[in-house]
Amino acid sequence: MCGIVGLYLKKKNLHKRLGFYLSGMLDNMSSRGPDSAGFAIYNGSESNDQNKYSLRFNNKKTIKIFNFEIKKKFNDSSIKIISDHIVLHTSAKPNTFVSYLQENFQDISIVGYGKSIEIFKQVGNPKHVVKKLSLEKFTGSHGIGHTRMATESAITVDGSHPYSTGQDECLVHNGSLSNHNNIRRELLKKGIKFNSLNDTEVAAGYISQKLSNKISMKKTLNDCLSNLDGFYTFILGTINGFAVLRDEIACKPAVIAENKDYVAVASEFQAMANLPNVNKANIYEPEPGVVYTWGG
Amino acid sequence: MGRIDSLDFKRNTLRNINNFLQNLNFKSNQRNFTIKNPNGEHAICAGLKEEISVNIKGHVGYYCGGMNKKANITIYGNAGTGVGENMMSGNIHVKGNVSQSAGATAHGGTLIVDGNASSRCGISMKGADIIVKGSVGHMSGFMAQSGNLLICGDAGEALGDSIYETVIYIAGNIRSLGVDCVEKKIKTSDIKKIETLLKKGNIKKFKPSNFKKFGSSRKLYNFNIDNVSEY
Repeated sequence: MCGIVGLYLKKKNLHKRLGFYLSGMLDNMSSRGPDSAGFAIYNGSESNDQNKYSLRFNNKKTIKIFNFEIKKKFNDSSIKIISDHIVLHTSAKPNTFVSYLQENFQDISIVGYGKSIEIFKQVGNPKHVVKKLSLEKFTGSHGIGHTRMATESAITVDGSHPYSTGQDECLVHNGSLSNHNNIRRELLKKGIKFNSLNDTEVAAGYISQKLSNKISMKKTLNDCLSNLDGFYTFILGTINGFAVLRDEIACKPAVIAENKDYVAVASEFQAMANLPNVNKANIYEPEPGVVYTWGG
Repeated sequence: MGRIDSLDFKRNTLRNINNFLQNLNFKSNQRNFTIKNPNGEHAICAGLKEEISVNIKGHVGYYCGGMNKKANITIYGNAGTGVGENMMSGNIHVKGNVSQSAGATAHGGTLIVDGNASSRCGISMKGADIIVKGSVGHMSGFMAQSGNLLICGDAGEALGDSIYETVIYIAGNIRSLGVDCVEKKIKTSDIKKIETLLKKGNIKKFKPSNFKKFGSSRKLYNFNIDNVSEY
């Protein structure tokens, strides 16, 4: 099962409602994935030299020490605490920051980083997860979410989606891959690191590796069709928008609703039933093996 | 079950609404019902047994009208996976598009789709008439055993793969035919059948001469010793 959702808002005046709409969509998909939930929000950045790091604390007590230490080390940093996650703004470059974190705070996980992305995930019923992480209050241009029914790997936060394996990238997946162990081995040889035994993390790593080699998003997703074996509907989030891909057999569902205000993607229509004027939107199923993109 | 005031998903649960329609009190003469705010709920109007009309005002989820017997169900919107799945008789009319496996294993009755149908339309159908005014996705008519599948638009890959005795009539283009599915000669009896189907679907833009006929070449019916190495 699993439920996936994505929402891309075409109009700026709707950006303040992104979290509200997305939380409704995730809520309606909790029947497809009661084990864990996660979401990624793209809401731009304050300035060009600032990076955002989404971090998760395995022990909440660390937050206080972390806050103190991080301001000493990177004096331009500011943090926003949301449940067991924090979003850190700093000009520190990914390499510097990641190695600092790994040396000093082993119990903090990096969920994702980039100029625009903020990413969160927790184990538990999606209805509760979105409440705890106050998704309703988030603003932004687009967002992606996932509700998980665990099949390939254990119910842990590391096994939850979305997976972010590159700057401002994230992937959610409805389905399962059958050749992920082989692909993981190949990617490990190329220096890609994985935090779980999850199949989707492999797909995310596969995509990131291609994109970082300057292969276009369209070509990368088309390559998925020939190299990733299994069932999938993917939503790939990027800094500008998102892409949707279904495998050629297409037994995993997907539906798209588009109007002048937004593009919504979900596993089932139910997820989008509460979006404004959705009944009059252009509603269709993405064709198998065809790459759909919005926002470039 | 208590009294049901309105078949509105804003005020009632799926279970209540289905329970009400499946166990009607025939002392009242009402035979027409309207369901409001379906919001993509699954299994709406599943297992209806009586000759009633139900109008659903909105989009429905999976298996709408599944196992239908005698009821006339009209959906003013799109339908999710498996609309009219295992229908025995009656009519289901979808004004919008339908998702995968529409009319799967349907034994009888008529399923009319005004829009397009997604993949595997009429999979393993066993006697229903399925009329699609738009196009159908890949693997439509897969292992279809009996009944008629009429398509006014195009068909995706592998149309009629491993088909048994269902007859496919199609006006548009076919991306590819499935294994053992071949074009057949249109006979006078086919013309009559297409006329009936067009009338059922209230289709005026097409004439029987617009359609080609496809069915089984029956080569998979028996084991062929030449293929023994494949097993």
